Amino acid sequence: MTDYLPNSRIASTTCPFCGVGCNLDLHIQDDFIYKVTSPFTSIVNQGNLCVKGRFGTDFIYNKKRITTPLIRKIPQRPGARTQAFNLDEWRPVSWDEALEFAADRLVEIYQRDGGDAMAAYSCAKATNEDNYLLQKLIRSLFRTNNIDHCTRLCHAGSVVALQKAIGSAAMSNTASEVVNSDVFIITGSNTAETHPIIAIQMKNAVKEHGAKIIVVDPRRVEMVNYATLWLPEKPGSDVAVFSGMAHVIIKENLYDKEFIDERTEYFEEFKQSMEKFTPEYVESVSGVDRQLIIDAARLFANAERGAIYWALGISQSTHGTDNAHSLINLALLTGNLGRLGTGLNPLRGQNNVQGASDSGAMPWQYPGYQEVDNEDVAIKFEKAWNIEPGGLNRQRGLTTTEILSHVHPGGVRALYIMGENPMMSEPNLNLAHKHMQQLELLIAQDLFINESGSYADVFLPAVTFAEKDGTFTNTDRRVQIVRQAIQPRGNSRPDWKIICDLAQRIEKRLKPKNTAIWDYQHPSEILAEMGNLVPSYKGVKYERIQEIGLQTPVLDDNHPGTPFLYKDSFPIGKAKFFGLNYYPIDEPPNEEFPLILNTGRVLEHWHGGTLTRHSWMDDLYPEALVEINPLDAGWQEIRTSDAIKVTSRRGEVVLRAIVTEKTIPGVVFIPFHFAEAAANLLTNDALDPEAKIPEFKACAVKIEKVSLEDLPARDNYQLRGRY
Amino acid sequence: MTEQIHLTIDQQPVTTGAGTTILKAAQENGIEIPTICFHDSCTANALCRICVVEVTGARTLIPSCVAKVSEGMVVETQSERVRLSRKTILEMMASTTDLSQSPEIIAMFAEYDVEEDRFPDATPRHPEIIDDNSMFIRDYAKCILCWRCVQVCATDAQYAFAINFKERGYNTQISTFFEIPLPETTCVFCGQCIGVCPTNALKPKKEWLLEQGMEPETIMSLTRQERRKRGR
Repeated sequence: MTDYLPNSRIASTTCPFCGVGCNLDLHIQDDFIYKVTSPFTSIVNQGNLCVKGRFGTDFIYNKKRITTPLIRKIPQRPGARTQAFNLDEWRPVSWDEALEFAADRLVEIYQRDGGDAMAAYSCAKATNEDNYLLQKLIRSLFRTNNIDHCTRLCHAGSVVALQKAIGSAAMSNTASEVVNSDVFIITGSNTAETHPIIAIQMKNAVKEHGAKIIVVDPRRVEMVNYATLWLPEKPGSDVAVFSGMAHVIIKENLYDKEFIDERTEYFEEFKQSMEKFTPEYVESVSGVDRQLIIDAARLFANAERGAIYWALGISQSTHGTDNAHSLINLALLTGNLGRLGTGLNPLRGQNNVQGASDSGAMPWQYPGYQEVDNEDVAIKFEKAWNIEPGGLNRQRGLTTTEILSHVHPGGVRALYIMGENPMMSEPNLNLAHKHMQQLELLIAQDLFINESGSYADVFLPAVTFAEKDGTFTNTDRRVQIVRQAIQPRGNSRPDWKIICDLAQRIEKRLKPKNTAIWDYQHPSEILAEMGNLVPSYKGVKYERIQEIGLQTPVLDDNHPGTPFLYKDSFPIGKAKFFGLNYYPIDEPPNEEFPLILNTGRVLEHWHGGTLTRHSWMDDLYPEALVEINPLDAGWQEIRTSDAIKVTSRRGEVVLRAIVTEKTIPGVVFIPFHFAEAAANLLTNDALDPEAKIPEFKACAVKIEKVSLEDLPARDNYQLRGRY
Repeated sequence: MTEQIHLTIDQQPVTTGAGTTILKAAQENGIEIPTICFHDSCTANALCRICVVEVTGARTLIPSCVAKVSEGMVVETQSERVRLSRKTILEMMASTTDLSQSPEIIAMFAEYDVEEDRFPDATPRHPEIIDDNSMFIRDYAKCILCWRCVQVCATDAQYAFAINFKERGYNTQISTFFEIPLPETTCVFCGQCIGVCPTNALKPKKEWLLEQGMEPETIMSLTRQERRKRGR
């Protein structure tokens, strides 16, 4: 469609919100984006968008956006660090002053306390190039692997399990292949709200292609409306449910013997460990009717093409790794890998969480999942970055949650945050705040002064996706181009430029023999450097992805990319079955705290809210709501829009109730986007022992009706009719 | 391998697969047939009839967006009868609808010698702009009832089923059920409807405010109450 506004133009880029990676056409007049559409020829989203991509990019122009570097007026001391949301508490400074200040303080702490005192949170919203550079800065200049990003809080459980069982952690198949599936399982994913465009394809698969869905989820999420079976499990009982299905499949001889013989190992041990998961036992621990488990097992095992889609309901658990193993076991058992329309498909949350992981913003691995404690790998990166032999740190670094809990004298002293908001996304926020206050130095690089940036000594204003060039890698491994569409607002700068400038100033102070190279002219040079170090990105070049992105692995300049993985083999040769045991959640309900709190997202908001709470979309969903089942609401006479106090052992929040059967009896649900009623004040910081992911999805709480006066913000209740 | 069908379009012999529409068969051979309500991503419904063609032996003109090819078919896409029909359709649209923001349709006026005031007694539709949320406005004075928005809201994309036709005949209009404000419907504000609207009857609120002469600065300074204003 032609635009009728004079002087308007269209810029094509990639959506900055979720992992689907929709292609956007930004309609612009005088550097103002007034409309967003999508090309109908788009291979990812076929012209469809969700509310966030369509209307949610206006945070770019929000008045509260910071567009000039800032330094705190009152110097902050460890233990007495405070939050400063008010601009009066900051002094606008030049980039020179801000970066000199940052470099001075960073080098001072590094030279006094060594690399262990340094840490960084990288950013799954930023580009591959930004992430590659920040991990390069931390590793090559400060000689530490203390860099992580929010993948630790998202899919760490899935990643660890997939790496162990198969050798690669990405989605095995392309999302749009769902129309080729006969049966697919959706578990721990509210797909219609968190990956709306994939949900559209799933609905289409059911309505137009005859596919059948099995939803396993404690919430009656929208996709249940399209499902053949819904298994309403108790939070945290995933291992039991999926192992129960495996038990039935083994007992009824429905498994794929040929696939198991040729491509897997440890089947006998696995078979033994599944013996105990009888439908009766599974019903007793999960609350799912035994017949539903048998039906689901038969439906999935008899499918010619069966796929499994999951999100954080599986991984955000103290046994998140086991949960993911139970899904992998199921796929291996039924031979549903390596073919079109099958696969193990962890739906990644952030637009570039796949890419940030690929780019090495992780404490245990260099770019391309190359282990930091592998001598050969370390030597390879020392050569690439001009570092003396033995210079890079061979010790695994601290993970996201560990970085904060290690903030104390002798531990982490300086933290660099690029675009993350741990003061919303960490579990047990009251404790997280205490850790944050102990920092000696905090540098924040972001768009807004959010709950985390407000603690900073120096604030570096970065640009949005629309003001810089780069690449994002979406959930199905497609590397897509991000184009600068408008001029940076005010005095803000692209992340990659900020990092390069800062790195050069740090090098000036540290005086290494050779520079690690920071004088890039364009992000394409950064991606090329990464491609030389990461085999799966070797063939990804800017000139090849101008129109359509390439799906990694792309092994050379002529390689066409890889729509689905494991056609002939697994990265570790034979895939491994893992025997499993069922363990309950870390904090089961009791008499004092009788309900389980589940947390997650809503369609209209994005994670910590830094972007969407600064968008007009906030009008559609302006306040936090706690979902309560009518059975639980009944005995306290709670009605929709009443004010409710929700209390856990770690904190309390007050917010409005919405009484709905979307959540099952015994479980309440709160989205975690809202700072004024932050769900993570309540959540449990117990970790999965292997993946170090916290149990966001289940903790014990109690609810109590309070006066509307107690609500943190008294806006009119926004009536909505959507599911 | 699908069965091959042989036909003639504008004296040109054409071969295509069985089940292809006349419109697609023509496009494959570089013959342009104008369309308005047709969209590649939507189910075709032959509502606007601008794509009609003359098929030898057929009593009426045939909408090429839905009619399938058949063996030996002889199709004329620019016969006098076809051109008169298209001219009349455009003139009737122009007499009732505000096409000022539909450059593609206006571009057809010259091609078909359209007299915009051919029906001076026709009553243009003037429903008020519906401004009931912060995301987008609905200006049905510009609506030609192509039905694309209803379809993408339903089974062509979103499965939200928030909008449909109300009333009949001349009074037909796209509406929410019982005309309730959009936020109270099943609408998820995906805006697929905006993406397929051919006449800019549906547009983001920011675009509409720009059009009213408001500066981006002022637009972004609006308070939540000002943005949400319900002017039904």
